[in-house]
Amino acid sequence: MSDVTTISPTPEGPPQPEPLHRQLGVTDEELAAIRGKLGRDPNHVELAMFSVMWSEHCSYKSSKPLLKTLPTRGNGMMAGPGDNAGVVRIGGGLAVAFKIESHNHPSAVEPYQGAATGVGGILRDIFTMGARPIAVLDALRFGDPTDPRTRLLVDGVVRGVGGYGNCVGVPTVGGELVFDPSYQGNPLVNVMAIGLLEERMLILAEAPGPGNYVVLFGSTTGRDGIGGASVLASATFADSDPNKRPTVQVGDPFAEKLLIEASLELIDRRLVEGIQDLGAGGISCASSESADKAGTGILLDLDAIPRREPGMAAWEVMISESQERMLATCRPENYPAVREVCERWGIPIALVGRVTIDGDIAIVEGGIGPDGLPNSGATEIARIPAKALASEAIVHYRLATPPTRRRQAPAPGIPLTAQDGLPERGMDPAAVLVALLGSPNLSSRHWVYEQYDACVQSNTVEWPGHGAAVLRVKGTRKALVATTDGNQSVSALDPYLGAQLSVAEATRNVSITGARPLGITNCLNYGNPERPEAFWQLQEAVRGMGDACRALGIPVTGGNVSLYNEYQGGAIAPTPEIGVVGLLDDISLLVRPPFTTEGDSVVLIGHSAPGMAGSAYAALAGLSSEDAPPTLDLDREAALQSFVREAIGRGLVASAQDVSGGGLAVAIAECCMWSGLGARLRLGVSGSPAIELFGESPGRLVLSSRPRHAPAIELLARQFGLTAETLGTVGGDRLRIELTGQGATGAAEERGSRVADALDVALADLRHTWDHGLAHALGLEPAPGHEPGPASEPASSGIATDRGD
Amino acid sequence: MRIGVVTFPGANSDVDALNAVAVAGVDAVTLWHESTDLQGVSAVILPGGFAYGDYIRAGVIARFSPVMRGVSGFAAAGGPVLGICNGFQVLAEAGLVPGALLRNRSLRFACRLVAIKPERLDSPFTRAASGQPIHIPIAHGEGCYYADEATLDELERAGQVLFRYVREDGTPALDPDEPANPNGSLRAIAGVCNAAGNVAGLMPHPERMAESILGSDDGMQLIRSVVESAREWEAAGRPAATAPAKAEAR
Repeated sequence: MSDVTTISPTPEGPPQPEPLHRQLGVTDEELAAIRGKLGRDPNHVELAMFSVMWSEHCSYKSSKPLLKTLPTRGNGMMAGPGDNAGVVRIGGGLAVAFKIESHNHPSAVEPYQGAATGVGGILRDIFTMGARPIAVLDALRFGDPTDPRTRLLVDGVVRGVGGYGNCVGVPTVGGELVFDPSYQGNPLVNVMAIGLLEERMLILAEAPGPGNYVVLFGSTTGRDGIGGASVLASATFADSDPNKRPTVQVGDPFAEKLLIEASLELIDRRLVEGIQDLGAGGISCASSESADKAGTGILLDLDAIPRREPGMAAWEVMISESQERMLATCRPENYPAVREVCERWGIPIALVGRVTIDGDIAIVEGGIGPDGLPNSGATEIARIPAKALASEAIVHYRLATPPTRRRQAPAPGIPLTAQDGLPERGMDPAAVLVALLGSPNLSSRHWVYEQYDACVQSNTVEWPGHGAAVLRVKGTRKALVATTDGNQSVSALDPYLGAQLSVAEATRNVSITGARPLGITNCLNYGNPERPEAFWQLQEAVRGMGDACRALGIPVTGGNVSLYNEYQGGAIAPTPEIGVVGLLDDISLLVRPPFTTEGDSVVLIGHSAPGMAGSAYAALAGLSSEDAPPTLDLDREAALQSFVREAIGRGLVASAQDVSGGGLAVAIAECCMWSGLGARLRLGVSGSPAIELFGESPGRLVLSSRPRHAPAIELLARQFGLTAETLGTVGGDRLRIELTGQGATGAAEERGSRVADALDVALADLRHTWDHGLAHALGLEPAPGHEPGPASEPASSGIATDRGD
Repeated sequence: MRIGVVTFPGANSDVDALNAVAVAGVDAVTLWHESTDLQGVSAVILPGGFAYGDYIRAGVIARFSPVMRGVSGFAAAGGPVLGICNGFQVLAEAGLVPGALLRNRSLRFACRLVAIKPERLDSPFTRAASGQPIHIPIAHGEGCYYADEATLDELERAGQVLFRYVREDGTPALDPDEPANPNGSLRAIAGVCNAAGNVAGLMPHPERMAESILGSDDGMQLIRSVVESAREWEAAGRPAATAPAKAEAR
């Protein structure tokens, strides 16, 4: 890839050889702590095991003290943080498992495999709990969409997510795609998976019962992904460094599909006592965590582990992150049946060890006898207390200090004409709306999600593109509603507020369907925690997320922390990615964002507040980020979500849409475009038309209803302490918003501005810009006889710079 | 009467086919890839997915599986066989239906609703169809139907073209580059049958749009067609298939 050469690599430390522990990413301080745990020097194998288990990725050594403060208790929770995925009851003997996880650095190094194995890893977290994966959502963040390298990354990541999810037969039903310059060298690939299980299927990642067999099944073990957790995920990096290539795993979705079927059959038939997938840290992580959770130990027979290639050193086998592998414990009498299941599904299986009582992870070469003891002549090559690797791994209490300078981030790929396209500057607000809808961050994502199988398993009620995903639960009247949201632009200005806004928007997007959020899972993407400024951002985000969840009464059911997201000294915009799953008890009550009926009333709930910083409008206008972002009233947010669920439950609401990116005008435009129905509205403007139309202050909804229901909606809103205003009616093939009140033309003219007194535009025009915006930005717009693709030549990428035309 | 759905390792839309057949009120049984025994079913559906991973070429390995020997015998005896998506690819690789499925012209996997229209309503796979455009999803990376010109002419002459991708106005999307033709299929062909008329392949997924809760039950028209054909074939004592009457001149 010639593009790689355009990225100047970061030098890999001093020339003289580092001591082994540092090469493995273990600090001198940590080495001393390891000596303390063992009472001696670790050997090479042991040091390698510690290096992955004490990595940020596996041990959460920096974030653990913060995560402890999160609210993790909720009704019906069967599993939560610390387990592979959160599990919450949904009634009728059923439960839902969900979790979000990052695969950022692998995707930056090798976008296809990085993203693909990101999907594979999170799916294993789900079926390891006994749940059948039913949906995937992918939250993706990249740099400048007009940059050739970004286009390669977008193409590779999207192909990778699809290549894995499509093959394994789990629909990808939603997600996000955001462009921001801060992700230029360090894209974010966060993947959320959802699974459905009968409560009786729930199984934990434990290795109980001394004497039980420890079996390894799935793919064989190779050299791929060695040091993935320690070297790649837990350090800042130069993505062009070829030496990091082998640290990226290679995915085999076909093997994963077989693994799902075999694992769920083993669990369903009660053939295994505990089961854990092999992800980061490989067999070292799976064995030590399983033993630690059960208060047991594991004796491993190194020679029994099936290899993909000859000549692998013991330490390589122990920390290999080869994909599609599972570690399970079973009673000796069940082993033949376990074997039969795996062989029927064509999956290699090996008896690799025994559960012991001594609490140690012990590894021998030379085999284990029928008595479960090492053969005479076998040599023990490693022995470490399981808890020293897992629950008692080192914890770092990092220094946190607020940053001295603020970041200003105008979004990339903005059409030049939009610079003048602001009401304050005398241009038609419709032109601003069109520019916003065509911008890389607000335009339609269909190019992405049409590469994902969204309907396999026959549960998809709401396809991607129009708000939260909706999945029916077969055999019930229930539906699950899922979304991911993360606000990096406000987080860059105020990480506490940004995290609150992320939780508020994600849960709001679930509530406006009528569903009740069951819990949130979170993927915290931040910079190097050893830098006090970056750690402060993480600290503030966890505080904000916790406060928001407490105010909304929603538990945090699990999550993942991705630190060291920096490239050549620059940290990404702090990105708290929030995944939510909600439960709708009666799917017949489902409400969606698009308008439904000509003549319906359009009601605005909540009122706008000043503060344009971090908004799409601010980015479009190139406004300084020194302006304050809008504030969030968590109590009002809670009231808003309770109100909308109540209104929907009473059958008053025909459609419900929240006001977020691009503000009220974009929210209404989406209701129109997605339904093909226009609207004729009047909007009272007290202050600035720009704030009213394009401000992103939270806590607002656009509802439509039968005209006779509008008064009831307004009354109910007031009962919840919310303002409500009927703006007009649905209909026609244009969106027309008349601006009224002293804030509109009058006051604006006093400010020397010539604002059009109405936003008036044909749906067809909105639809066209919105449909083509992303393709334009990525240079994909198909020219005749030209094969589209982000990797296409500059000739086509030139299109992106002509977007004003 | 029972309808069999083949489960290859890597099949993933078998659950959709089993679900749709059950919704149609018929017993559905899974036919395991390692067995040639079709358990006396009255029709066979080869479902979508990635049989054996499809790493080499879609369907190229599945055609050699034991169950396909059973399916070939079943087809030769006149039993109704419908291959959907990957199932179509397997049937084409096995030579049980004419033509081949190439990579989509976009060289990308494509999943979205498309409109197809049955070319004839007197086939075992369209008998319960309304004749209006049917809106069902595609989800494939290799769905571009290809055959040489002579074969295409012969297929049309013999009435073996069962479905075409159509525009909103119901006319066939003959231009391989127009949006209504989602994969560049020649002559907008979405589904074909063998000369005897009892084996059909179809790229879009009727079984995934067979319940109104999922947005539409358009696909049920085709599932019901298979069910009726299976019943009739069973009732008639499992007769050998006869070539379909020529399609009406278009």
